Amino acid sequence: MKTSRRDFIRIGSQSVFVLALGFSVSGKAKSLQKVTQLGVEISPYIVINESGKVTLFNPRPDMGQGTYQSLPMLIAEELEIPLEQVDIQMTDGSARFGSQLSGGSSSVRTRWIPMRTAGAAVKEMLMQAGANRWKVSIADCYAKAGFIINRNSGAKLSYGELVEEATKLPVPQKPKLKTWSEFTQLGKKSFRPDVTSKVDGTAIFGLDVQLPGMLYASIVHAPTIYGKVKSFQADQAMGVKGVRFVLKTERNFYHGPFSPDIELNQKARSKSEAIAVVAESYWAALKGKKLVQATWSSEGSAESATSQYFNAAKAKAQSDGVTYKDAAVGDFSKALQLSDYKIQATYQTPFMAHAPMEPCNATVFVQDGKVEVWAPVQGPDSLVTELAGYLGMKPEQVKINVTFLGGAFGRKAYYDYVLEAAHISRQVNAPVKVIWTREEDIQQGPFRPGMISAMQGGIDNQGNVLAFEHRLNGASIMANVFKADMRGQVDPWAGEGISVEDSPYAFPARRNSFNWVDPQMPILWWRSVYASTNVYAQECFIDELAHEGEKDPLDLRLQLLKDSPRFIAVLNKLAEISDYRAKRKAGKSIGIAIARSFASIAAHAFVVEKQGTGVKINQIYSVIDCGFAVNPDNIVAQMQSNLAYGLSATIKNEITRNHGVTEQSNFHDYAVIRQGEIPDAVIHVMQNEEEPGGVGEPGLPPIAPALCNAIFLATGKRVRTLPFDLSSI
Amino acid sequence: MPIFQLTVNTKKHRVDVDSDTPLLWVIRDEIKYTGTKFGCGMGLCGACTVLVNGSPIRSCSTPVSTLKPSDKITTIEGLAAGNAVQEAWIEAQVPQCGYCQSGQILAASALLATNANPSDADIDNAMAGNICRCGTYPRMRQAIHAAASKIQKTKKA
Repeated sequence: MKTSRRDFIRIGSQSVFVLALGFSVSGKAKSLQKVTQLGVEISPYIVINESGKVTLFNPRPDMGQGTYQSLPMLIAEELEIPLEQVDIQMTDGSARFGSQLSGGSSSVRTRWIPMRTAGAAVKEMLMQAGANRWKVSIADCYAKAGFIINRNSGAKLSYGELVEEATKLPVPQKPKLKTWSEFTQLGKKSFRPDVTSKVDGTAIFGLDVQLPGMLYASIVHAPTIYGKVKSFQADQAMGVKGVRFVLKTERNFYHGPFSPDIELNQKARSKSEAIAVVAESYWAALKGKKLVQATWSSEGSAESATSQYFNAAKAKAQSDGVTYKDAAVGDFSKALQLSDYKIQATYQTPFMAHAPMEPCNATVFVQDGKVEVWAPVQGPDSLVTELAGYLGMKPEQVKINVTFLGGAFGRKAYYDYVLEAAHISRQVNAPVKVIWTREEDIQQGPFRPGMISAMQGGIDNQGNVLAFEHRLNGASIMANVFKADMRGQVDPWAGEGISVEDSPYAFPARRNSFNWVDPQMPILWWRSVYASTNVYAQECFIDELAHEGEKDPLDLRLQLLKDSPRFIAVLNKLAEISDYRAKRKAGKSIGIAIARSFASIAAHAFVVEKQGTGVKINQIYSVIDCGFAVNPDNIVAQMQSNLAYGLSATIKNEITRNHGVTEQSNFHDYAVIRQGEIPDAVIHVMQNEEEPGGVGEPGLPPIAPALCNAIFLATGKRVRTLPFDLSSI
Repeated sequence: MPIFQLTVNTKKHRVDVDSDTPLLWVIRDEIKYTGTKFGCGMGLCGACTVLVNGSPIRSCSTPVSTLKPSDKITTIEGLAAGNAVQEAWIEAQVPQCGYCQSGQILAASALLATNANPSDADIDNAMAGNICRCGTYPRMRQAIHAAASKIQKTKKA
């Protein structure tokens, strides 16, 4: 965001009245105390000064998904202030702002009511203040565009003229929210307020933070990720002009992985050692980094290889695994036994790096009794907790300045890079900006876990599906990130996208289960998390069952989803816009997939054509039902975004590791979709008045299966391992 | 360290840096134009794209010593206010995270300077060196076409 001086609110200054529900005003004005106390029940996101300027505090960092607009717009709608007249500031991680995590496509759907309630409460207080001034009833007043208007006389007072009086009033406990039809800002295409600064180069990302006396650090990480420094030679690096320090630092896998098989590794993997080159310019730090000579011990990850991991996962797939309660229907084994036809298939998805355009970076200044951070992070509140714990400080001694995030996709909700900068700053007593190189970004993890999905299904001789099983075999984020003991347990997250709620196929018997495999490397959520791996197998296998039962893949889905009207509506719309039932020439086909994740339903249709030894994607059609569309144009943008990101993970890139070392390093061997490599997609956003669902991720899971289903219909070949080369099926 | 003279956004700058310093870090850390971004360090992603005498180059892998004082370097901060490309970018609501967009806009500006009416294939060729992980590709293509037709209309008028 732009950080010009005028953006800062002078809280506590005599000339500024602050209507900040729950906002700490240090008791400067007695009249605000009452509001502060009462405000705990509402939200501290709204500040109005006496000139009428409204500042909204935004508790959801923007990584491209649009929260810079969407969250303040929820308040602005109810507060009756056009968003373009509002200043937006990111929250600083303080507990009074509540949860501040951008993740799980949760921002709008979890803050839909709370943010609007805050706006509506403040509006009612301003209306009451106006009513008091005019000595009329509140029913005689209404709010519009920053003014309270007297219905009878037509007189109007600005929010700024009323704010002081409003702060003395009780906070309405149940303010009236607007109905769908009363919305003037929500629900239609609107311009995002961050776009201009992202077009003229003035938007401030983490990389762009400048502080007086700031030093730059590049870090030599352990090649095996969990390794420790045995010895290092700093002389040559110190010889580079501008290099000030070469010192040992550490990388915290701060949650620490659980590893019951190898007790020693649990400790070995909670922290790695690294060498930091600290310099007056980033180029000097990079030059110095290349000259550091180090020897490493590779404890914790010495022989880890992705091939071994997948072999172990395939072996585990032979056993039943622990059953998920959220997908248990009927008696699967019995239903399978009674089936006329039984089929099995195993699907494999790879490890992935997030590779946002902005590599991890953080600027941190640790001083006596306080620490301040300027960084692209997805959740400043959880960073406060992590950093305070790490530095032995109290949360109130930690201040986070959230910048724009140059992409994140989950990566920047893991704060190892911020803790590194803190560790170095504390040693050199200066503000330090750590910037990871692209090589570190690709090689060092944490990665999306690759998974093995072992599928089994049974059908009768009419082609009806009687039994359906999805065995998940692989790494657990609950174990690796949150220390959960996975012995005899399911990872609840690992089942996402394929529960009965998310995949409501009316199978008479179904079973999902989990077999835990230690990945021996740091893993993490990645755009749509396990839905990205699960839905691939789930939706491809639906097509396999349709083929076995000689049913059309769309018809089988319509049959199995007949009691799920929102799914049916999405499928019918997809069939309509894609002209699904049209006759296609041999070698041309259309494949579909549908999935619900993060409370929204998305479906894609891929039209492909045989070309040489592979296929060409001619056209993509997409439909999303994410409930009420806060900004329909941004929902289209997020669908486009998922198509590029999801296709990269389907036909372009994967992370492989051997002897504990990642085999890819930059965009030449971790290729991503570029301009010209993705056909335009026709995207339809369903219009309805359901509660909003997620938008940033639900478009991703059905991409790979829709493409692979189309490929089978065009070529007769099932693609059961990702990624694959489109030109050679 | 040697002193280099550079012309960035029509202004002359003298910088005292090692001769192998990439132009990217000179622009960002010495001259303090931060609109130009670091993405890969190997000229693979285009986030660091700037124009030198109107042609797009990857500043992360261009040593400062290869530039002459007379070379006209243009960063995102040096584009004329209200130019057709940036306006088309806003109209199409192209950016998501926004990090790659300075490089994308400069690459698109260079394309339109030499090709007044680019085809989709021309756009694919000219823009293939600039990665966008948010997948704003269709909107960028749409914005380039829109900017092209706006420039042509302005010329006719």
